[in-house]
Parts: sequence; C-alpha cells; structure tokens
Amino acid sequence: MHQLVMANVAQGYLKYTRRKVLVIGLLSILSVFLGVYAINAGSAELTPVQVLQTLLGQVEGQAQVIIWNIRLPRVLAAFTAGAGLSVAGCVMQNILRNPLASPFTLGVSQGAAFGAAVAILALGAGSTHSTGADAVLINNPYLVTCSAFLGAMAATLIILFLARVKGVSPEAMVLAGVALGSLFSAATIILQYFASDVQVAAMVFWTFGDIGRASWRDLELMATVTGAGLLYFMANRWNYNALDSGEETAQGLGVQVEKIRLTGMFIASLITAAVVSFLGIIGFIGLAGPHLMRRVIGGDHRFLIPAAAVTGGFLLLASDTVARTVISPVVLPVGAITSFMGAPLFLYLLSRGYRKR
Amino acid sequence: MILAVDGLEFSYNSHAVLRDIKFAVARGEFLAILGNNGAGKSTLLKCLNKILKPRRGTIMIEKDNIFNLSRLEVARKMGYVAQMYESGRVTVFDAVLLGRKPHIKWDVSPRDLEVVQRVLRVLDLEGFSLRYLDELSGGELQKVIIARALAQEPGVLLLDEPTSNLDLKNQLEVLKTIKGAAREENLAAVVVMHDLNLALRFADKFLLLKNSTVFACGGMEIMTPENLTAVYGVPVTLARMGPIPVIVPFIPGGP
Ligand SMILES: Nc1ncnc2c1ncn2[C@@H]1O[C@H](COP(=O)(O)OP(=O)(O)OP(=O)(O)O)[C@@H](O)[C@H]1O
Ligand SMILES: [Mg+2]
Repeated sequence: MHQLVMANVAQGYLKYTRRKVLVIGLLSILSVFLGVYAINAGSAELTPVQVLQTLLGQVEGQAQVIIWNIRLPRVLAAFTAGAGLSVAGCVMQNILRNPLASPFTLGVSQGAAFGAAVAILALGAGSTHSTGADAVLINNPYLVTCSAFLGAMAATLIILFLARVKGVSPEAMVLAGVALGSLFSAATIILQYFASDVQVAAMVFWTFGDIGRASWRDLELMATVTGAGLLYFMANRWNYNALDSGEETAQGLGVQVEKIRLTGMFIASLITAAVVSFLGIIGFIGLAGPHLMRRVIGGDHRFLIPAAAVTGGFLLLASDTVARTVISPVVLPVGAITSFMGAPLFLYLLSRGYRKR
Repeated sequence: MILAVDGLEFSYNSHAVLRDIKFAVARGEFLAILGNNGAGKSTLLKCLNKILKPRRGTIMIEKDNIFNLSRLEVARKMGYVAQMYESGRVTVFDAVLLGRKPHIKWDVSPRDLEVVQRVLRVLDLEGFSLRYLDELSGGELQKVIIARALAQEPGVLLLDEPTSNLDLKNQLEVLKTIKGAAREENLAAVVVMHDLNLALRFADKFLLLKNSTVFACGGMEIMTPENLTAVYGVPVTLARMGPIPVIVPFIPGGP
C-alpha cells in the first residue's frame, strides 16, 4: 500500500511536469497558426492555402515576392524579438529578485536605443528617411548592435550597482529605471535634433518600435543572438531556480550568485540590444510574457524559460498583426499596442504587491 | 571527525563577530550551537558553508579544506538551511527536488526522484507534494526547506533555527527526523537552537558562544547552571523530571 503511494508521488509529479510541456507545445502550434494568419492578413489578396504553397516553394510570381521579402521576415522578426525580450525579462526578474524588472522598465531598452541612434546618426552606420516604411536604414548592423549593446550595458551596470546596495526595494529599482529610461530617451531626442534629416517616422521608430523594416540580414543577427542567449539561459535553469529561494540558499546549493547575476544581465542586455537596434523600443513584452507563464505553469525555469519565449513571441506577433490590420492600410506602431496590453498588467503587479517570507 | 574548525576569525568590516573558534563534529553527531541573539551563530554557520569568507582559520570537511573546494563541491558535502527563506511559485516537490541540484548534471535522474520521494515520506509531506509553496503554512514550509537540505544527501547538515516556526508536535518531529538522519545516514547535524530544553533532549554535543568566541564545547557535562548563567546572563537551575533534564530560568523579582 505504501509502496503504491510512493510510486504515485513521483509519477504524479512527472504527470504535472508533462502538462507544462503540453502547454508549451500548444502555444507553439498556436504561434504557427498565427504566423500563417499574419502572413495572409494584409492588402494583397492571398489565401492561407496560397501562403502555405508559397512557403513550400510551389508558387511563383508576385505572391512569392510579397511573402518572402515582406511578410515572412516581418512575422519571423516579430516572433524572434518577442521571444528575446520575454526571456530577457524573465531572467532579469529572477536574478534581480524583482518582479517588475524587464528591459523596458529598467531603462535597458532606452539605453540600447540611444546606442543605436549614436551609431546611426553620428557614426554613419545608417541613415534616416521620411517615409514610414524605411524610417531608419541600417547599413552596418554589427556596428549598430555593438553600439546599442554599449548603451544597454550602461543602463545595466547602474541597475546592477543598485541591486548590490542592500535594501533597495523593487519599486525603487524601477523608479531608477524610469529615470534612466527618460535620460536615454532625452539624449536620443537631442541627438536627432542635431541630425539634419530626421523625420517623424524615425522618432516613432525610437520610441514605439517598428517591426516592418527588418530585413533577412537583420533577422539573422537578431535570431543568432536570441538563440544563443536562450541556450545560455536554459543551461543555467537550475541556477535560476535556486536563486528563487534566496541568495544564501542558492549559494548553499552551489550557485556562484555574483557570476550568474553578471553574466545573466550581460546576456539579457545583449538580446535587448539586438532587438532594439533593428526594431526600436518595444515595451512590456518582457513583463507580460514571463508573468503570464508564471501564472499558468509556475516558476520552474526548466519550463518557464521556453514558455516565456514562446509566449513573448506570440504576443508580439499578435500585437504586430493587430497594428497592421486594425485600421488597414494604416500601420500603427507596434509598441503602442504592446503598451496598451502591458501597462495595465504592470499596474496590476504594482497594486498586488509581493508576498515575501 | 567530518567537520573540524580551528582558529576561525570573522568580522563584518571592522566589527569583529567571531574569533578563535575551535570545535569538531563527528559523523552521527548532533551538535547544538547555543548563544544569545547576535552572538554570531548565523554568521558561524555561513562561514562553515563558505557563504562568508573568514579572516583567518581553517575549516576541514573530511580531508579537504573548504577554501580549496569549489562552491559546488561544498554543496555536495554540506546542506544549509538559512534562518530566513524565500520561495518562488513552485510546488513542494519542485522545492525538494532543488536539493538535488548539486548532483544533477543536465536533467533529473530516476534516482533524484527516488531520493525526493523518500525524503517527502520521512517528513510526512507526501500529501503536499503538488501544493504550491505560497499555499503552505509557515511550519509546513519550514519542513519543506529542511526536506530540501536532506535531499542534498550531505555529510554535514547546517540548520539555522529549524524549529522556530513549528508547533510543539512538529518541533519534536523535525528534531527527531534530524537526529534520525544523523544516525541512519551517518551525517553530522550542526543546529542553531534557542530552546535549551529541546537542545538537551536531542543534541549529543553543545557549543556555547559568548563574546564572539567559544565559551565551552562538549557533551552534557558542560551544560551546567553556572555555564548557562554566564552565557545567557540569566540565572538558571537545572532540574530533572524523571530522567529528563529541564532548564528553569530564574526571573529576578518575577514569579
Ligand atoms: N550583514 C551584516 N553586516 C554587519 N553586521 C552584521 C551582519 N549580519 C550580522 N551582523 C552582526 O553580527 C553579529 C552576529 O550576527 P548573527 O546573525 O550571526 O547573530 P545570531 O547569533 O545568529 O543571532 P540570532 O539569534 O538573533 O539569529 C550581530 O551583532 C549582528 O548585528
Ligand atoms: Mg541567527
């Protein structure tokens, strides 16, 4: 009898973890459907069947050009960026022990945008135009990303310094993030002011994000950085789990807390920089993705990290599709849509408070 | 001796907290660390577990000086339960499984699951295994945290006030479990305690801390009214109820 109960405990647990895998699988399938729908949606008259045929290389002509050169990179960029921002937020929340942390709320995104703006406007790595479709043209994506990374790291280092000061509350850290974000945004605007031909469209790019102009080359770089970051985070999933039970407990379990924190923030900033360089600032995905999944499947990072990635990708893809189609043919800035979704969540997190033992 | 400490000295910045600490514990022994609030008991435990780095002194676990071991190697040999703990949104099973972390290479093995299951049964937590930690009472949570340290299968178990949140029955049960683990799994338990009577009932050895140093260390023979009066600054007498030793504090001017 006791033997039976014993077997059931571990089996029950395994069943419980398999449910999490199932959730991740379902979300992935949903994302694929959403992707096909997003490729299909828009002004060119396409059917889902045509989309699939084109993706499989069975159709030639205009549809192929639209899908391969415009729609598909856009959909993939939205998903990749969403996944990247979401895992970056997930890990930041863990290693800073702050549920309000994310690239956007801590000013890391704004730092990256400033870095990218410096590269594009001052170092000649790109140019700006007045048309909405190509507001910001990047000629040298590596220089832009590196510069964005330096900007992101500047914000990150200040946040890390604050995290070391004992007794800084999560709210205070976010306030510091808001201050940093405003500072970097102001610096970006001043930079634009001195650059001669910056137009409104470019301003929108740096404050609300724009997924429309990701090329295959940009996408490649973004996907490589995000993918590598995701692998690194997954390799450290047990360390993040240990950190959730407190710094000293984690040390007692063999975690080199300081090292994990530094490298984690470094990688999260790198992902943020890659995304922001090409797509501008997109807020709240890094908050919404991980928190939704923490509710649904819990805080075990073995499952939370991949789940947050898929959810973030899904959310940004959905937001972008809404931005493109809601008052078609006008394309809204995607960051405006994500803010509509994310800001209420942020307020909810603030009002709920956090239980600490 | 599985754990031997010699000449240990520690200070927070310039504020000296521990000096000239020397003691040793053998496998199977239950050592109670006793002393006033702020005496440095938690600090000592953190030094033992390499969370804090002492100024001076050696800490040997079996044949290794812990300063030559990596954090992970220390975690395979010592389990630590902090005085305060936090928890994420995970289940009891997840939390205890985390104790296997120092042994897990990439993924959980059947043996890891088996160990967790056994520990859950020993602490009578099986019924809670899929409950989230934030849905437990303080005492249940405390048992889970102890279960995690046991799942680590350490040679030395460091516990900082493991019974502070527990009711009488669970205090006895948890201490009995720790004592049983010390005997059966042949590990040394180093336990910070405040309840002298429970210490007398369960511990084999006692370490009295006073003025940042060891006042006395040894078996029952050091638990004299004189020593305890000196350490706690309160006059006490040692009575016996049948075979059970009981410490009774004397309250000046009180009842
Ligand atoms: N992080 C710290 N920085 C500076 N001083 C500290 C720190 N932690 C503890 N102390 C001081 O070191 C001394 C010993 O503290 P410790 O926590 O080891 O005491 P304790 O014996 O565990 O007390 P208690 O029974 O209340 O838990 C105290 O005087 C305390 O004020
Ligand atoms: Mg203490």
